[in-house]
Order: sequence, then structure tokens, then C-alpha cells
Amino acid sequence: MLDTKQIGWSREEMAQKVALDIPDGSYVNLGIGIPELVADFVPKDREVIYQTENGLLGMGKAPSKEMEDRELVNAGKKCISAISGASYFHHADSFAMIRGGHIDICVLGAMQVSREGDLANWSTGAEDAIPAVGGAMDLVAGVKRIFVITQHTTKKGLPKIINNCTFPLTGKNVVERIYTNLAIIEVKKDGLFIKELAPNVDFDFVQRHTQATLSQ
Amino acid sequence: MINKIVESVSQAVKEIHNGTTIMIGGFGEAGSPIELIHALIDNGAKNLTVVSNNTGSGHIGLAALIENKQVKKMICSFPRTANSKVFPELYRNGEIELELVPQGTLAERIRAGGSGIPAFFTPSSVNTPLAEGKESRIINGTENVLEYAIKADYSLVKCNKADRYGNLVYHATARNFGPIMCMASKVAIVQAKQIVELGELNPEEVITPGIFVKKVVEITNPSHESDLVAKQIKYPC
Repeated sequence: MLDTKQIGWSREEMAQKVALDIPDGSYVNLGIGIPELVADFVPKDREVIYQTENGLLGMGKAPSKEMEDRELVNAGKKCISAISGASYFHHADSFAMIRGGHIDICVLGAMQVSREGDLANWSTGAEDAIPAVGGAMDLVAGVKRIFVITQHTTKKGLPKIINNCTFPLTGKNVVERIYTNLAIIEVKKDGLFIKELAPNVDFDFVQRHTQATLSQ
Repeated sequence: MINKIVESVSQAVKEIHNGTTIMIGGFGEAGSPIELIHALIDNGAKNLTVVSNNTGSGHIGLAALIENKQVKKMICSFPRTANSKVFPELYRNGEIELELVPQGTLAERIRAGGSGIPAFFTPSSVNTPLAEGKESRIINGTENVLEYAIKADYSLVKCNKADRYGNLVYHATARNFGPIMCMASKVAIVQAKQIVELGELNPEEVITPGIFVKKVVEITNPSHESDLVAKQIKYPC
């Protein structure tokens, strides 16, 4: 199988595609990895507030080395800054925001997404793996819209968008839209629909690298 | 007279004994009460159940407490981080138990424990392996799982400023689990960067009201976990 990573959109271009779909005034939670890049591409004329589930609303960019405060970190435990107008809160309040439906959009990475929008992104289920879940299950249970951003296939070229997830689920029927390096795919009641294809990529190529049936 | 200030970390953790449940604040190194944890290592209490989001890194702080075989069970949401070697090894060898809890459920179970709520229903983890074997109920058309409150005998928490009544304010994202762990433990033991006179903390801005706190100890220059890990320091040395 072919690792499709070098084909289609780059990580930055994928992040930019997501950023353009975030409306002005949104409260957004960004997962660890490619989702973290999204904040760099939100158009300047939009005001978007980022929540980090360890306890900050109004996350700003990474500070310069000398301005780093090791008690001001994001969910990935990286040093960040707080914007003017930010607020801090404890974990139960943070997850009240998340579970209580107050966050508009969450952008997460994925190991697998099913045709019905099931998400697996916390464990491969391998016996010797140390299970670790973090806040992913709360995010998919409570945030209004879940966007997934991921490479279209695994490093071995295996499809990540499949009929039924084989890894343990994070949540069932939770993903609204999948942004991959090959396409933007909408999860609808009657199946998966391609919204946009990456340049120089055609439908048949994307379908060949997707286990679940796609529609145009 | 009410005076919750104690003179040393060893005095603060002196009464902690074998078999107790201890909540330890912190999200990674932010808010991790390293000096109190090291005092607990010196104290030597064993068979502890520890509730904390992570399992520490390197060979200091929470990782050192685990490495010292004082912990029989961890209740946490993310037991591995970049430099966590201690917990994974013991876990693979079957030498430590793990109760894995989604982060938001962990926070709410702790808040419930401190608030007189014995259990609650939540949609988090429905249809996942973490909901298996748990009671579930459809409420307003949505499936939920029953989660029980967590209470502790002690909590170890780090804050920025405290007064002798035990009122606390925190610093930035180091607040994380501190306020709810103080609420959910019989004896909340807090290390503060600064102890101030009564009245110096603005009542409008107090985050943890003193009623939830039993002991406060001043640690003016707390260690940073990442510094100790970078220097490959081990505790006890």
C-alpha cells in the first residue's frame, strides 16, 4: 500500500482549510498535533477564542523562550500565553464548558473514523499499550461540532476512514467533517460525501484509499 | 484562633498513614506539589491510592512516589507523558493498578465527592470500553453512564498565595485540579508560594475558600519538575 502523506495538501494547508470553516465569534478547542496549527490560519478579521481544557479560555501564541511560564501551558503541556481578556478556571468548570455544550467547535486528530462518524483516537487496543484517554471522550460527548484533521492513510498506507472502527471508540456518531490531505469529507446520515478534493487528486484515487464508500 | 499554617512539609504530611487515598494536584508539572510529594516519600506511607491526572515524569515528584512502591493504585486520565518511564514499567509488570477515567469525568467525580453528590450520569465514554460494566440510563433521549464520586483522606495541592484561614489563590493553569481536590479531601494540605496576612487576599478574588483547607505550608521557591528531570535528579537522592 502507498503512504499518501506526500500527496495533496500539506499539514499547514489542511489546518488552513479547517481555519477557514471556523466562524467569527466561535469558542474552539484544538487537540494536540496538527489541530494545534489551526490557530495560525484563522483570518485576521475573525475573533476566535481558544479554550484549553487544562483551564484557560483565551489561549494565545507560544511566548518567546524568556517569557515562558511553566505554569501556563496547554493541553499538550507546551508553554503558551494568555490573550487580553483571558480567564483561568479549575478542571470541573473547564469540563462543564466542554460537556455542557458551551464550546462551538473541537478539532481533533484521529486514528480511525467510521462511515457513521464514529471516532477512535485514544488507543490501538494493543495489549502492552498503556491506556491513556485524557479529555477526548468528554470533548466528543459535549462539543457542538467535531472536526477531525488527519492524514488520509496510516504510515503503512492503510485507510483510516473505514466501515467500522477496529480500535476502541472515543465516541459513536460524533464526527461532522473530516479534513485529510486528500479531501474534505462530510459525515451525513446517508454516508460520507466529498466536499472538496485536494489539487491533482481525483475521486477514484481518494476512494481507493478509503475503505468506506464515498459519494460526490 | 484559627491558624492552618504549619512550619514544614514534613509536619504537614506527618499524619498520612498506610492505605489512605490521596489526591495530588497538577496537570503535568503545572500545579504539581513536588515538595509535599517528596515529604510524603520521606514519610514512607505505603499502599496508597493516588488520584492525579498524570503519573509524573523522570524520577522525582509523583513518579518518585510510585517508583518508591508507595502507590498500589492510580486513578487518572493520562498515565503516560514524554518522560514517564516509572509507571509504564510497573504497570506492565502488574505491580500497580490503574483505574483509567476520562479527564472530565475525573474532574466531575472529584467535584461531586466534595459536594455531597454520591454519583451522577454523564454522556462521556458511552459506547466505549470505559463504559463497560457501568450502569447506564437514557435521559432525554441520550444514553448516559453512572459515575460515582471520589473522596480522599488527603489532598496535596500547590497554590500561589494563602492566608492562615486557608483561603487560596492560584497561578495561571496551575489551578487545574487544586480547588476541587481541596473540596473532596478530608484534609487538604497546601503548599503556597507565599503566605499573606488576613485581608491581603481580596475576598472577591479568593478561588478556594478556607473552609476546604486544613494545612498550609510556605514554599517560597518551589522546584520545577522539568528542571529536575533535565538534571536527571532522583528522589530520594
